[in-house]
Amino acid sequence: MIDRTMIDRTVTDRTTTDQAMTDRTSHLELEQHDKTFLDSNELIINMGPQHPATHGVLRVILKLDGEKVLGTECVIGYLHRGVEKIAEHRTYSMFNPYVDRMDYVAAVSNGLGYCEAVEKLLNVEAPPRARYIRVILTELNRLASHMLWLGTHALDIGAITPLFYTFRDREEVLKIFEKYCGARLTTHAFRIGGCLYETYEGFEREVKKFLDFVTPKINEYEELLTTNRIWVERTKGVGKISAKECVALGVTGPVLRASGVKWDLRKAQPYAAYADFDFEIPTGQNGDTYDRYLVRMQEMRQSLRIIDQAVGKIPEGPIIAKVPKVMKPAVGEIYHSIEAPKGELGYFIVSDGSTQPYRVRVRPPSFVNLQALDMMVRGALVADVIAVIGTLDIVLGEVDR
Amino acid sequence: MSEETKSPTPPPTGEPKPAAGEPIPGTLHSSPSEKAGVPPKSSTPPAAHAPAAPAKPSGPVPTPWDSPMVTRLKGHYGSGIEANSYLGQNFMAVDASLIPELLQVLRDQEQFDYLVDVTAVHYPQREKQFDLVWILYSFERNERIRVKTMIADGASAPSVVAIWPAANWLEREVYDMFGIQFDGHPDLKRILLPDGWKGHPLRKDYGIIQQDQEWVQINLGIESGQ
Repeated sequence: MIDRTMIDRTVTDRTTTDQAMTDRTSHLELEQHDKTFLDSNELIINMGPQHPATHGVLRVILKLDGEKVLGTECVIGYLHRGVEKIAEHRTYSMFNPYVDRMDYVAAVSNGLGYCEAVEKLLNVEAPPRARYIRVILTELNRLASHMLWLGTHALDIGAITPLFYTFRDREEVLKIFEKYCGARLTTHAFRIGGCLYETYEGFEREVKKFLDFVTPKINEYEELLTTNRIWVERTKGVGKISAKECVALGVTGPVLRASGVKWDLRKAQPYAAYADFDFEIPTGQNGDTYDRYLVRMQEMRQSLRIIDQAVGKIPEGPIIAKVPKVMKPAVGEIYHSIEAPKGELGYFIVSDGSTQPYRVRVRPPSFVNLQALDMMVRGALVADVIAVIGTLDIVLGEVDR
Repeated sequence: MSEETKSPTPPPTGEPKPAAGEPIPGTLHSSPSEKAGVPPKSSTPPAAHAPAAPAKPSGPVPTPWDSPMVTRLKGHYGSGIEANSYLGQNFMAVDASLIPELLQVLRDQEQFDYLVDVTAVHYPQREKQFDLVWILYSFERNERIRVKTMIADGASAPSVVAIWPAANWLEREVYDMFGIQFDGHPDLKRILLPDGWKGHPLRKDYGIIQQDQEWVQINLGIESGQ
């Protein structure tokens, strides 16, 4: 158990200035020093918020006995921008670009979830052509997100090469995004009711070329890591979480699947055009960091499969449904969720019949998954904390919103 | 096609709310605080509905939700439960007094083992100001439902952390954003905003550019966070 009083003391006067942080930490260290020598072997150290392995501004307070982790406490909110509050002061389409800034490495997924939720509320459906374009771009984005995860996760554990490989290849995805909508990361690719942009000349050809290019690259990443002894030693049996614990903690996405639960919203409650495609849900058995790595690698291949099927048969027709310029959804509430690269991304939208949403709640997968960190690292070593933060694949922009 | 390309101007005037982009701090949300789920206003533009709708549709309306589960629960709890379906999504509005027990039953007997989300909505004009919403999912049945209840400002809600550990951070966020207390929560404190911050930003009476200036001055050493 965490010694509450110790942690509370550090958390109570939480500030964001570096100076205050330094003062407090040194003060704490001094206190700890005495305590360690006199009556306890426990030590509390502060990891982050400015730490290269926390993937942004995450602060983890670790309670240690030597190298062993006795407990953790996450301090989040450093990147809080009040996205849900902003939504109440924007029209439905004005809020659309904001959602890209939550999980900024998977902006297309965020946009898809939001657009589909509002479409549901308006009771309109995107035309088939738009849905196919959406699937292609979203799956490309899943690839980009998983590539970024792989590069940074491997870097955290000490393998530097994959970072260069994955960033090099992710660039090709971003080039397609840039050519499609002019933006690489915060794409704002979709609009409520469909897509704004037609596919550009040669879109299908370029996507196919990308598939041919990237398929052997994924094998290349696997060659570097899957049987690499250091990689296996650092990840096997680390950060274990069982299926039951995942469900109890609301953990979704690859983390849940690596624990053996075959559940993917694209299959369970198909949205966009996913019902048209043939793909599998990769699962693991052990729920450890290694299995999560394997699951995500397999997911990348499944994404390629989906894109390959979709790109060959994009239906003809309009790309956007008839939606009113001034959107005033009827009074009511809707919850819609999609399988984002990190897990279930949900939007709960309440309309009061006006042009602006009365309330938008984002159910962020990273936020809920991060809650499992404490359970996953108890009893492990400090170095494993780094591995587990990496394997949870959190994006702090989404945790804090 | 979309308004981004063709109309750079803000939405037309005559809206019930201040024009978007010029938020006024401290203003109340001026639209009527109806309980969501009542029949929609007739002013809904017909164009908002599925294409090729021949007659003027009056918009989607909630319909009663009937299922063996609802019948079972109603049989047990009587009139405290009102089950409806809106746009194909099922939800139950229940009496606050039923809350911990009903959710326990939903998990233990109806297999809703995954708590997707806990959130709240603020209706300042209403007597019981908050809607508290639990979104549940059952892996077994591949079914998603919402349970909601109304609570008054200052009243506390029972915590469901003992039922679903996932509720821990979610309830902390609701507390942080709305100031709703959860009885029985193991560690109810702010999560996104710093401890010591004053105010709960997702309440409707909290302005969009409003800040805890005192906190900003003390902790950041600057006059204003703006």
